[in-house]
Amino acid sequence: MAQIFHRSTNFIARFSVYSALFLVGVALIAVLAVARSPYMTRQNISREQPLQFSHKHHVGDDGIDCRYCHTGVETSAVAGIPPTKTCMNCHAVLFNNAAYLEPIRESYRSDKSIQWVKVHRLADFVYFNHSIHVNKGVGCSSCHGQVNQMPLVFQANTLLMQWCLDCHRNPEQVLRPKDQIFNMDWRAPDNQEEVGAKLREEYQLRTTAELTSCSTCHR
Amino acid sequence: MNDTSRLLVAASVALCLSFGSGCEYLRQDMANQPKNRPLSPSEFFVDGRSERPLVENAVARGALADDELFLPKDSNNFPLPVDLKLLERGEERYKIFCSPCHGLQGDGNGMVAVRGMKRPPSYHQDRLRQAANGYFYDNITNGFGQMLGYSAQIPPRDRWAIVAYIRALQLSRNAKAADLPAELREKLNQGATPAAKPSGTNDSRGGSF
Repeated sequence: MAQIFHRSTNFIARFSVYSALFLVGVALIAVLAVARSPYMTRQNISREQPLQFSHKHHVGDDGIDCRYCHTGVETSAVAGIPPTKTCMNCHAVLFNNAAYLEPIRESYRSDKSIQWVKVHRLADFVYFNHSIHVNKGVGCSSCHGQVNQMPLVFQANTLLMQWCLDCHRNPEQVLRPKDQIFNMDWRAPDNQEEVGAKLREEYQLRTTAELTSCSTCHR
Repeated sequence: MNDTSRLLVAASVALCLSFGSGCEYLRQDMANQPKNRPLSPSEFFVDGRSERPLVENAVARGALADDELFLPKDSNNFPLPVDLKLLERGEERYKIFCSPCHGLQGDGNGMVAVRGMKRPPSYHQDRLRQAANGYFYDNITNGFGQMLGYSAQIPPRDRWAIVAYIRALQLSRNAKAADLPAELREKLNQGATPAAKPSGTNDSRGGSF
């Protein structure tokens, strides 16, 4: 009986099997790369807000402390978005007839919340707590970037679990003295490793094993 | 191409499509659980807030302990022991909440006031130096003139810490060198010549913490 296939089909068969495997590999890498890209994490993408509130102006130019508005940051899990009344503390008098600020006044009159667009969104199975970070030497700008230079806030970091763990494994790299937590312009000194190790002891941080345990962040 | 390879290619293309562009965030349902997080919107309540407003006259758990902190406006008592810790807390809270308008030294030339608000009165005028402690506490709580109340932002204990710090600011303008402890007086004498600071520079503004 004559052969059905020519010898050359051996090559074609092998080639297609290997290239298929190759394609699957490329596809997997592509999927993982896309998942880590700003397209998915939305890193560095500013969001439009119902009113274009500028942190650059309020923090950078006016020097208002983070805690003036985000009052919960030292005592609770969420830093908190201020109620419209906090805006009115100043804007009842300042620029009180600017058309730009009408949504604020409307919200204050009608008792309807302004629906700010959430920029830093964690998955619902992450139990992040601001107060523990702030009270144990992690400054705002370590995660949020230099908000005092952001006209519209964007997410300065990926917020991927890998990024959380980078720090939970080696918190010394970001720990600051207590009076620098809310300083937006803080830069790590040259001997940060040394200072960080000392601060880690002073703040009585948990061991790395505990800091990276699943139930530290997931419950 | 034979059937096997065609199948493989088809499978990998399908994989790419379903993972790459189909579902945003590549996330599973547990990332979006049907629960409310603080300040998240809600379709259940008519006003769209999951955060429910307090029922009128509700008292938060533990808040009864604060009763002793509520003093009448004309009372000059001080309900907490005044120590360095309280003053430092007061300084910190003052810088956060008060200095934008009242300025770091209480002159009423904070950054926000400079932007065009009617300037708040200086703490160093006689009327306010004579005012009772309760007067300051009441103004922080309920507001005064153009200033809205800060009861939502500053808990009672911190309000008293701020009152203590304002008193310290007032005293700082009227203290005599003789009132200082010996060591501090010495430091003052040493530093007097080179550190003759020009007063009223940017330091007293609220803008530069």
